[in-house]
Amino acid sequence: MTESERKIRVLVAKPGLDGHDRGAKVVARALRDAGFEVIYTGLRQTPEQVAEAALQEDVDVIGLSILSGAHMRLFPEIMKLLKEKGIDDVLVIAGGIIPEEDIKPLKKMGIKAIFGPGTPTTEIVEYIRKKIR
Amino acid sequence: MTIDTNQLVKELLKGNRRAAARLMTLAESMSPEAHAAIKQLYPHTGSAHIIGVTGPPGSGKSTLVDKIIKEYRDQGKTVGVVAVDPSSPFTGGALLGDRIRMSRFSTDPGVFIRSMGSRGSLGGLAWATYDIVHILDALGKDIIIVETVGAGQAEVNIIQIAETIVLLSIPGLGDDIQTIKAGVMEIGDIFAINKADLDGADRRYAELEMALGLDRTSDGWEHPIIKVIATTGEGVEELVKAIQQHHEYLVTSGKIKQNQERRFCAQLETIVEHSFMRKLFVDPEERKLFQKLVQEVCERKTDPYTAAERLILQLIQPQDT
Amino acid sequence: MVTKEKMDISQQKRDWENNTLKKTLDKSPERRERFITTSSRPIARLYTPTDIANLDYDRDLSFPGQYPYTRGVYPTMYRGRLWTMRMFAGFGTAEQTNERYRYLLEQGQTGLSVAFHLPTIQGLDSDDPMATGEIGVCGVAIDSLADMEILFSGIPLDKVTTSMTINAPAAILLCLYIAAAEKQGVSSTQIGGTIQNDILKEYQAQKTWIFPPDPSMRIITNILEFCTKKVPRWNTISISGYHIREAGSTAVQELAFTLANGLTYVQAGVDAGLAVDDFAPRLSFFFDSHLDLFEEIAKFRAARRIWAREIRERFNAEKRGSYLLRFHTQTAGVSLTAQQPENNIIRTTLQALAAVLGGTQSLHTNSMDEAWALPTEKAATIALRTQQILAHESGVANTIDPLGGAYFVEALTDEMEEEVYKYFDRIEKLGGVVEAIKKGFFQREISDSAFRYQRETEEKERIIVGVNEYLTDDRLEIPVLKIDPEVEKTQLARLQRTRKSRNNNKVEQLLNRLQKAAEGTENLLPHILAAVREYATVGEVCNALRDVYGEYQEPIIF
Ligand SMILES: Nc1nc2c(ncn2[C@@H]2O[C@H](COP(=O)(O)OP(=O)(O)OP(=O)(O)O)[C@@H](O)[C@H]2O)c(=O)[nH]1
Ligand SMILES: [Mg+2]
Repeated sequence: MTESERKIRVLVAKPGLDGHDRGAKVVARALRDAGFEVIYTGLRQTPEQVAEAALQEDVDVIGLSILSGAHMRLFPEIMKLLKEKGIDDVLVIAGGIIPEEDIKPLKKMGIKAIFGPGTPTTEIVEYIRKKIR
Repeated sequence: MTIDTNQLVKELLKGNRRAAARLMTLAESMSPEAHAAIKQLYPHTGSAHIIGVTGPPGSGKSTLVDKIIKEYRDQGKTVGVVAVDPSSPFTGGALLGDRIRMSRFSTDPGVFIRSMGSRGSLGGLAWATYDIVHILDALGKDIIIVETVGAGQAEVNIIQIAETIVLLSIPGLGDDIQTIKAGVMEIGDIFAINKADLDGADRRYAELEMALGLDRTSDGWEHPIIKVIATTGEGVEELVKAIQQHHEYLVTSGKIKQNQERRFCAQLETIVEHSFMRKLFVDPEERKLFQKLVQEVCERKTDPYTAAERLILQLIQPQDT
Repeated sequence: MVTKEKMDISQQKRDWENNTLKKTLDKSPERRERFITTSSRPIARLYTPTDIANLDYDRDLSFPGQYPYTRGVYPTMYRGRLWTMRMFAGFGTAEQTNERYRYLLEQGQTGLSVAFHLPTIQGLDSDDPMATGEIGVCGVAIDSLADMEILFSGIPLDKVTTSMTINAPAAILLCLYIAAAEKQGVSSTQIGGTIQNDILKEYQAQKTWIFPPDPSMRIITNILEFCTKKVPRWNTISISGYHIREAGSTAVQELAFTLANGLTYVQAGVDAGLAVDDFAPRLSFFFDSHLDLFEEIAKFRAARRIWAREIRERFNAEKRGSYLLRFHTQTAGVSLTAQQPENNIIRTTLQALAAVLGGTQSLHTNSMDEAWALPTEKAATIALRTQQILAHESGVANTIDPLGGAYFVEALTDEMEEEVYKYFDRIEKLGGVVEAIKKGFFQREISDSAFRYQRETEEKERIIVGVNEYLTDDRLEIPVLKIDPEVEKTQLARLQRTRKSRNNNKVEQLLNRLQKAAEGTENLLPHILAAVREYATVGEVCNALRDVYGEYQEPIIF
């Protein structure tokens, strides 16, 4: 299979009830411009919806964006569902407002990287490239 | 990475969605494994009704597909969806957002939705789309809906894939009468006027009626025009009825045979043509020969016809160059 | 008109450019080729009288408290009364928030403000699966009158005013407030307060909508009509640019879209048969104050002038109160950085200064950690002190509109006004605000600006101290917001009790009546009020309306 046809597919998902999609959309656009295929789920997705979309779209990466403060309830649920569906080999990364204290437990449950507010999009692109190739 | 395609096919045939998704990825990257897999699962295909939904950007295709899924699910049928969005010609990246409209079905085990970027390399799109449709078919979906942008101008020619084509238009677009006259009409089996809640739906109806003209029923199928409001679901029941009637018509009139010929002829052509082209442009050895021949033509050492003959021969019976 | 004298100045400017300036530029070029504001607006090297040659003092500026109110809505401004220093708070259960309110009232505060948790904002009950993890997190959980009674228990609703940050279900929360007041024996004509109730900016930026735009506009018109008759002291809409700006728009987009939204509400009221002077005085505004000092000041000044003119000329309003654009300001949450967080105090100070120089009526200054967590007490105090220092020490409150007449500020005010009218034209061409929303116009404009801002920052075309220059390892440790798991339990238990103890037949009947009304053209508020009095929940009322109106699907714009 040739390199040009190997496309990195990323699911950008917004769990939680808030409507703050500025960050998710800026990142989605930057990833598209980096040549990735970005599947955007839309606002207010349940963990089950996120996991199932990741399965059907067979993505390489899931990017979770959350600002509502419900991450410690929703992220573990998503990780559990990914495992149940046998897709815990996807690279899961997260962004948004995530307190320091929560970062360790989130990493332990398999979220590989957490990008805080103000992260340049290029950093996220490079991280994904490095991990997926 | 070694991929056990036999295993994937086996799992797929058991209804494993994960295996289906994996195979689709392989199909999209035109991998030989995928083509081997399709050979294996092909005997298990052929029972789905394949519906194309096509229309201008933003005309409400995804919203309508969501409502069509609902109708079929209410009838107890399972549904697969392939939604194609354009990729950027510059970066190859794409933002695929069709799922958003169908997200209420994302957790329904009877529905499988797959988004595709048009990628736009060497006819790969049409080819990969056939394969993904085959995979959904083998997965046991009763209905397969293919959403594509535009009609005619898109790289994936929907008439090569779908048995029944729903051509969407909306009120008040200036584009149309021209497109209609340009013969795009010929591809639609059913004409849906979406956004019928907006002004101008009646006018659009009249325009379509006119454009379709007298020979609208000449092939024995009436080419219905149906007004729908995808956002509320109004008219969708009637639309789905028409889709089903079209299928019945194909079967009872025997037109299904012509329909299949049309599609498989195109598919075969695509596969053959692009297999050649891909060899020529992707395989480094063949590419070298190709470039060498170009040079020879430039230097007038040979003529384009002889060069082409040598290339074709090489592709059929590879020899060391 | 260019007068002789002013032509001389432009000649003199050319001379200066060719002689004095050129010499310097030849020796040492400027720091950048292009100087831009936070909103990517190019700024000239120098502004002179030629830039305001068309300014007509009487027509464009006039005096404070006089049409077109460019220099301020009141004749004495802060010499008479300082702006209101309003800080917004509230988390937890109804009981916890009630306790906090009582404390604040004891301290002499007279206005309350309510932040609701996200399920209420989305019209969902706490037991909805989508509410998982969100109960009481971003605000107080209100499902029914039972919660509202607790929230205001012991607080005389005829004596305080309450500001509720609520949009899509604003009609329901207003009715709940009325019903809670009734329980205290206070009638709807006695209560006072504000609901944000600005649904248009939800579709454009904040994204917490429920119904599609057309039925939403109908509900808002119902609110305008109902309040004019039954709740005369209520501020019906707080037309908000804040969220548009925070979503990434430029200053001019914030201004243009907010004013266009405001004019759309006024038109809707007029179309429903209301007299503009009966409801326009009850509309107020809510703007962001970002970092670019002069651009922000010009924005506020232009806002007043455009609003007064449009209300007078387009709607033929006659009451002075209708012309006044009164506004609340919050400093820009998006401008706060997690890196070197103390710098945020200085950012907030500059933004507060812009708001005051721009003539705001009330101001919320962000705490340095506010974008990430419930502010610490120390941070919140510093934020309040910032306002007090501006008010009492800086001297900026001593005179009215101190920058009036400055070449740069007047030129910028004019320029922004002109650009606003260009946006008005584009919106008009798309069929008005609601149609433009359906076509994704605002969303695309905002998203493009947000993306450009990000790119300019990553390419260092703009420097953000501590973020892309002058870096250190100093970062704000975002603290964990600890929400007691009891909050969720208490809330779910109360909701269950309410559903059991009320008259369910009656609730069902009233919800059916509401649906009938929604299908027709009656005012919905009496029906909502009747239902919530019987303890119909926020989610149930919304679901009744969802059945009729459906949920909004936004156009997909990146
Ligand atoms: N008024 C009205 N709007 C509709 C209707 N159907 C869809 N829309 C709106 O049209 C916009 C586009 O809808 P989509 O379903 O995403 O359209 P699409 O054709 O799939 O778009 P692309 O895949 O991007 O080409 C959305 O904002 C829908 O809400 C309808 O019947 N009436
Ligand atoms: Mg679509």
